[in-house]
Amino acid sequence: MGFFRQHILSIVAFWPLAGMFVLMILPKDNKTLIRWWANLVVLSGFLISLPLWFWFDRDSTESMQFVERFSWIKALGADFHVGIDGITLLLILLTTFLGPLAMLSSWTAIENRVKEYYAFMLMLQTGMLGVFISLDFFMFYVFWEVMLVPMYFLIGVWGGPRRLYAAIKFFLYTLVGSVLLLLGILALYFIYPTIAAQHPEQFAQFGGAAPTFNILAFQAMAQYLPENFQWWVFLAFFVGFAIKVPMFPFHTWLPDAHVEAPTAGSVILAGVLLKMGTYGFLRFSLPMLPNATVHFVPMMMTLAIIAIVYGALVAMMQPDMKKLVAYSSVSHMGFVMLGMFALNPNGLNGSIVQQINHGISTGALFLIVGIIYERRHTREISQFGGLSTVMPVYATIFLIMTMSSIGLPLLNGFIGEFTIMMGAWQANKWYAVVGGAGIVLGAAYMLWLYQRTMFGKNENPANQKLLDLNWRELATLIPLIIVAFWIGLYPAPLFKILDKPVNKLVETIHPGYFKPDAPQNAKIQHAAGETR
Amino acid sequence: MGQFFNVQDLGAIAPELELMLFGMILLIADLLVEDKKWLGFIALGGTAWSGYFLVRLHGVEVSAYSGLLNIDQFAWFFKLLFLLAAALTIVISLKYLDIEREHHGEYYALIMFATMGMMFMAGAMDLITMYISLETMAIATYVLVGFLRGNQRSNEASLKYFLLGAFSSGILLYGMSLLYGIAGSTRFGDIADALDQRSLGDPISMIALVAIAAGLFFKIAAVPFHQWTPDAYEGAPTSITAYMSVAVKAASFAMMVRIFLGALSPLREHWVVILTVISILTMSVGNIAAMTQTNIKRLLAYSSISHAGYILLGLIAGNATGLTAIPLYLFAYTFTNIGVWAVVVALRRKDIIGEQVDDLNGLIYKQPTAAILMLIFLLSLAGVPPTGGFIAKYYLFAGLIESDHSKLAVIAVLNAAVSVYFYLRIVVAMFMKESNEKTGLALSPGIVFALAVALLFTLWIGFYPDPFISLAQAVF
Repeated sequence: MGFFRQHILSIVAFWPLAGMFVLMILPKDNKTLIRWWANLVVLSGFLISLPLWFWFDRDSTESMQFVERFSWIKALGADFHVGIDGITLLLILLTTFLGPLAMLSSWTAIENRVKEYYAFMLMLQTGMLGVFISLDFFMFYVFWEVMLVPMYFLIGVWGGPRRLYAAIKFFLYTLVGSVLLLLGILALYFIYPTIAAQHPEQFAQFGGAAPTFNILAFQAMAQYLPENFQWWVFLAFFVGFAIKVPMFPFHTWLPDAHVEAPTAGSVILAGVLLKMGTYGFLRFSLPMLPNATVHFVPMMMTLAIIAIVYGALVAMMQPDMKKLVAYSSVSHMGFVMLGMFALNPNGLNGSIVQQINHGISTGALFLIVGIIYERRHTREISQFGGLSTVMPVYATIFLIMTMSSIGLPLLNGFIGEFTIMMGAWQANKWYAVVGGAGIVLGAAYMLWLYQRTMFGKNENPANQKLLDLNWRELATLIPLIIVAFWIGLYPAPLFKILDKPVNKLVETIHPGYFKPDAPQNAKIQHAAGETR
Repeated sequence: MGQFFNVQDLGAIAPELELMLFGMILLIADLLVEDKKWLGFIALGGTAWSGYFLVRLHGVEVSAYSGLLNIDQFAWFFKLLFLLAAALTIVISLKYLDIEREHHGEYYALIMFATMGMMFMAGAMDLITMYISLETMAIATYVLVGFLRGNQRSNEASLKYFLLGAFSSGILLYGMSLLYGIAGSTRFGDIADALDQRSLGDPISMIALVAIAAGLFFKIAAVPFHQWTPDAYEGAPTSITAYMSVAVKAASFAMMVRIFLGALSPLREHWVVILTVISILTMSVGNIAAMTQTNIKRLLAYSSISHAGYILLGLIAGNATGLTAIPLYLFAYTFTNIGVWAVVVALRRKDIIGEQVDDLNGLIYKQPTAAILMLIFLLSLAGVPPTGGFIAKYYLFAGLIESDHSKLAVIAVLNAAVSVYFYLRIVVAMFMKESNEKTGLALSPGIVFALAVALLFTLWIGFYPDPFISLAQAVF
């Protein structure tokens, strides 16, 4: 147990990869065996990641926990260095939680080249977990890029009719972003020894002026970086992460990739891959380049608001259910960015919680669309109507998830959006006002979708004998519903986990933010006093 | 005479002498041996034996033949590279030549001679030595390109390659004669001293620089001197294309580095500008032209052009990181590229020409292992981690950033991203298309061996590059 506890992050991350190697030697024609094996691997992967939740010390003053570190490429100073804080704890659990559900949803949907499919799914799982646990920038970059390959294949081999186009677009877009990200990383890497040499006492714990990719060392360097330098690195990071999020105007790959990807691919893509972009901002841009972050707030907020409104408007007009959900992702990720660049505790907390929520509700919506697609082989909204009569359970779950996506109180979406709105209001009330309009639009397109597909008369003969959910489909959706209600009713554990890292982040960006006499706090306390 | 030659100098060139000896043995054995496959094994033995001598010379730093040749880490590294490339080429040729029905002993002898020329090139510290070894390599290669006597394209390729090669050698020679005129000596060291004495804008030095650079750009196939490459690569026997794209290219780079960092080092300010322009052109034209190719040999030819552009970045950066990148890149590129070409060689089956990208369609159904290996090699060429190609590209880009060439770095990384497009076209064919015919690849034991070696090094450099980085760092 001691060994497990010490190496839990590596074990959690490489478990799916190990499972993949075993999968490779299974006979190709025994599809049932392959399916069982892959599902068992990710399910056990989820189970072995659960101790993280219990062992994670919420009150620890250490910035990272479960740290493991080995020397990897000595010539570069790159290490195998992993560790997590509250932010990554949640993202890792989201990944290991969505993995089994996505895997289970493909049981009957994937019929050809089953072995390869599951191999790529397992590889993808390791890639995503690797991104979140890396504390070494080089290692992070390797995982960040490696993960593109399995996703490319999932879209390109098992996708819809325009899969080749969508797959290459996905790959090229992301790659262009990531190579610029690499240049940003290199710029930090080369400035580090100079800065560390000037301030030996601060950097002694990171090994002094020796070249390193240590993310914590780069974060410690933030206050010494020249303003101008920060801007350029911020822009390089921005392209890399904004494409992944995706922020307007870099979002055009997303609808294509989502629509063409198989259901499980879309779930992972929306649920986890997009979070890698926001995670990049949280972990790198904000703490490493605080001055540039503050400087670019207007740009980021504007882009976030455009994404919210534009994504919602485009979603409203979509004739295809999956495309609608895809554009809703653009809108929701706009909220995440809005909260993040409010740069105050509420905004950041809400932003992170909303990332989890988006993974859950959008993941569920993609599963829901996938279920109807498997039955009818179409996703045209006009093909459906009155499904609630033949598929009552399906309709109920769809309703819950629609409400979760809209942000109805008692469900998870509300918690995230509300906290984000508080943060945005504190930063600048106009951001909150326009963002609020986005919530209304969000309600409009989701409810309209629900109304058109579920209510009315079931007139299309093809829809009259549709079967309701089977046990397997229920098993993929019920866990999501439970979590949606849990976060909606009792989100305190999440906020507790986020408390330390978020406060630290705010302190880096606005030094002295939590001092009682800080200007923005005086105003807030004044306001709070009045309401009291 | 003792001043010019002493017996120890023979020991310094033992690996080269060995190759020459085996080249001659092969020519004689060709008359006696019926099954030409054995000649291939003799040639392999030759490279191995030469390699043995080379390994014994490791760490030796001498100047032989009163300064005509240097035995140093730089030469040692490149010689090792050439021997490895030659050995892998021989291994992938064995069955291929049978299928082409052109299995002759001269083939192996010519590879021996060409490799010998390259090894002298890597050691040369003198214009005359450099030129003669260059021609030794080049003439042997011209013949090898036209080795498929019955094949018109092969003949055409050989002629084009020969004419343009001779032309570029002429230009190079012109530049060399000017350098001799300036310095009154053919030694790199003397030339550098003489150039140092002259003002930086001296017109004669400039003409010499431009002529030499143009000649070298022909040899490394840099844009706009690249037109011969697609034709020569397409027409040549595929195994020779593989050899050209790794060994000949590496040798030309060795020569370029020796001349630019040795003889022409005082003109650095000028040649950095020239190299920057050429490098941007080479990367971009190579990548853009590769996108539309349907013939896989031409596609890879353009890919190889763009890689030459990347390698030039190392010289432009000129700092320790950038210079380390050159040997590292060539090393990773050699193995990766041999892997890719081995698959293309295996595409040539009895009665199937197998040169189109479409010929790879559905490879995953027929030979999944080969398809996955090819995928790894292509990702390495594209510079996607965790492969050797990524580490090599990383070093290049790091060198640029470290030496404050940020704009060039942006152009370079965007090029690297764009190049993924055409590499993925091959991946699409292999994994996402249905196959047109039933026959799989013609995988001989030799090709399987080459693939295994290529995979081993591609991944080894990718996952644990430390030994290779120190190898590359020792070069300069």
